[in-house]
Amino acid sequence: MKTISLRHMAKNQRGTITAVKVAGDLGRRIRDMGLVNGTEIMIQGRAPLNDPVALRIRGNTLTLRNNEADYIEVEIDE
Amino acid sequence: MSKATLALTGNPNAGKTTLFNALTGARQHVGNYPGVTVERKEGDYKKDGFEAVIIDLPGTYSLTAYSEEEVVARNFIADEKPAVVINIIDAANLERNLYLTCQLLELKIPLVVALNMVDVAKDRGMDIDVEKLALFLGVPVLPIVARSGQGVDDLMRSARDMVAGRIAPPDMVKLKISYGEDIDQTLLLMTDMIREKNLLNKKYPSRWIAVKIVENDEILIKEVVAADPDLAERLLREAEKVADHLLKTFDTYPEALIADHRYGFIKGILKRGIITHHYDENRLYTSDHIDKVLTHRFAGPLIMLAILFSIYQITFSLSALPVSGVEAVFNWLAGMVDSILTDGPLKSMLISGVINGVGGVLGFVPLIMLMFFCIAILEDSGYLARVAFMMDRIFRIFGLHGSSVMAFIVSGGIAGGCAVPGVMATRTLRSPKERMATLLTVPFMNCGAKLPILALLIGAFFAQHQALYMFAFTLLSWIVALLAAKVLRMTVLRGAPTPFVMELPPYRFPTFKGLMIHTWERSWQYIKKAGTVILLISIVLWAMMTYPGLSPEKRDAFVKERARVEVLHESGSEALEKLLLEIDNQEKALTLRNSIAGKIGVAMEKVTWLSGFEWRTNIALLGGFAAKEVVVSTLGTAYSMGETDPESSTSLGDRLARDAAWSPLVALSALLFMMFYAPCFVTVVCIAQEAGSWNWALFSVFYSTIFAFILSTGVYQIGRIFGF
Repeated sequence: MKTISLRHMAKNQRGTITAVKVAGDLGRRIRDMGLVNGTEIMIQGRAPLNDPVALRIRGNTLTLRNNEADYIEVEIDE
Repeated sequence: MSKATLALTGNPNAGKTTLFNALTGARQHVGNYPGVTVERKEGDYKKDGFEAVIIDLPGTYSLTAYSEEEVVARNFIADEKPAVVINIIDAANLERNLYLTCQLLELKIPLVVALNMVDVAKDRGMDIDVEKLALFLGVPVLPIVARSGQGVDDLMRSARDMVAGRIAPPDMVKLKISYGEDIDQTLLLMTDMIREKNLLNKKYPSRWIAVKIVENDEILIKEVVAADPDLAERLLREAEKVADHLLKTFDTYPEALIADHRYGFIKGILKRGIITHHYDENRLYTSDHIDKVLTHRFAGPLIMLAILFSIYQITFSLSALPVSGVEAVFNWLAGMVDSILTDGPLKSMLISGVINGVGGVLGFVPLIMLMFFCIAILEDSGYLARVAFMMDRIFRIFGLHGSSVMAFIVSGGIAGGCAVPGVMATRTLRSPKERMATLLTVPFMNCGAKLPILALLIGAFFAQHQALYMFAFTLLSWIVALLAAKVLRMTVLRGAPTPFVMELPPYRFPTFKGLMIHTWERSWQYIKKAGTVILLISIVLWAMMTYPGLSPEKRDAFVKERARVEVLHESGSEALEKLLLEIDNQEKALTLRNSIAGKIGVAMEKVTWLSGFEWRTNIALLGGFAAKEVVVSTLGTAYSMGETDPESSTSLGDRLARDAAWSPLVALSALLFMMFYAPCFVTVVCIAQEAGSWNWALFSVFYSTIFAFILSTGVYQIGRIFGF
């Protein structure tokens, strides 16, 4: 078990969110969209210019920018 | 029974608009909420003796104060107290959709949950125990398929029962979400304090106020401070205490903990046998396989360009026939008026002012409808979200947001939108600076009203490559708008970026009804403008171009000249007819030049000769400030006045192509100026309203006009050097 930032996850990699370290508007938005502790995610792909990143969450797709993904810590299996 | 008010609420993409259309059909009116420009959609429902007004609240993920939409939805529910709130949730995305439901439940309002797209959920191998869900939530839950209308009658019966008081509103004693020991205790304390003073007790439940304060909801806190500053201070102190404690002990924020617990609560419910997955939850569906191609690193952008380009091809080739049909009708109408009425001011006003003016605009309705139809397909299918996803990296370079793409596209990023709804679409942008930058640059796009001018001049001067030129001018409008945004974000609008986090909804086949309503709504806005503002302006301009007319001495001079040539030539001969026609044209040209508009246009030539515009173009461009499509009708009026036979079938384009004052270079210069100069005054009014100050609106008028003038002058002068 290892914890890394969401930005550094590879395509098709799975993991579980352990922390969303941001308050204010960005934090609220991230949480409103369902990215909270304990949520399982999988990286679905990235936009043509590598940013934003698209991820799979509970059978649906969300996208966020790399610099927003930085605030999200994910536990991954190795 | 008097009409009940029902409010529809739900996540974007949960099928809210589809349900609204299914319930109200064509009986809809669109307006704005007072003070803000979030669209307010209202419609009438009537079935089996149950009559209701249905309000389609803006789609939201939450009821925090994240965006204007959320604040509008929340205020509507709290202030207007609808008889029932119908919360539509996507069955295939239950967990995230229930997040909003939880917050609605906490508001203790009469709630009915519409579980939409149960068919999709079933296809995905999900079994949902609807009765159990209703039991745990404490409110009625009705499975529906909004697209086909399945279950909608049952839903409305349930809403009706609730209105009639046959179903009790949610029982919050049974359903209280725990936010962890620390927060719960603080909430208990705060709720007592709020209850004691009856703080805002007509509007919100006490516990809800406490939760929002702990969540640090700025708008609600402001409201509380305004209502009872002393109590507000004590409440905020409690909230701060628990926030400090949480940060020290758990390294987290109260709002994060509250969100975690809400999702925990939802998970807890769903785990109790409400939902069973038969397949892996994250397995890929058709929509995801489509995305593998449509958002592919290389194929994605190419397909996007191809899709946008084919929209031009389709709209232009398919609209050609109906456009010429409408033109023929107006020509016939002008001919009728000409043969019925005797010469005089009334006839001149009807033909030159009313028929030519309005006809010139309505002639483009088929084209605009087709364009709107194509945009509606992109919007309703979910493809536009992919465009935002693919474009964000680029938009960010210019200090904008991926969501800006919507405002740009609505304004005419795919030529044929309108800057007015485009300016309003900037509402979805949270950061004031990105919003302002979008607001000030979207009018550069080629809106539907500029299309007639583009079509006219391109048709007259660059007829061989119509679609190519249209495409090139659309690309140019993007480049100019984006560069302008960058310049604004580096100078007057410096600041940090806004969150991007958004959903890529599954692809869906748009419903025909939805497409038609979408297309009609937008086309109707355009037609209404033609019938009101443009008709009025057309008549005013006709008057400006007719009065004060020639002085008696000058008119006498023309009479004498006619008499002179009549003596010289044999009556009825071809040579005489030709001479007389020339004299008539000269007299009419002089009349126009002598009119109010002519004088302004002539005066402006002192500056506009730099970009190759003569006075008639100046008059038309002046008219274009009122509404861009007026440029065409004014040119029509200006040129048809110099002509003897109003029944002549030669179109305005041909006339311009033959005119000595015009050339492809002048046309190019005029096109550039027209694309980028001051937005029409309706847009300017909207910018003032959105920006909250007239200074920004005036700024928009001046910076764009100056820019357009420099650009067209540059192109014209350089073109002349190279001998075009």
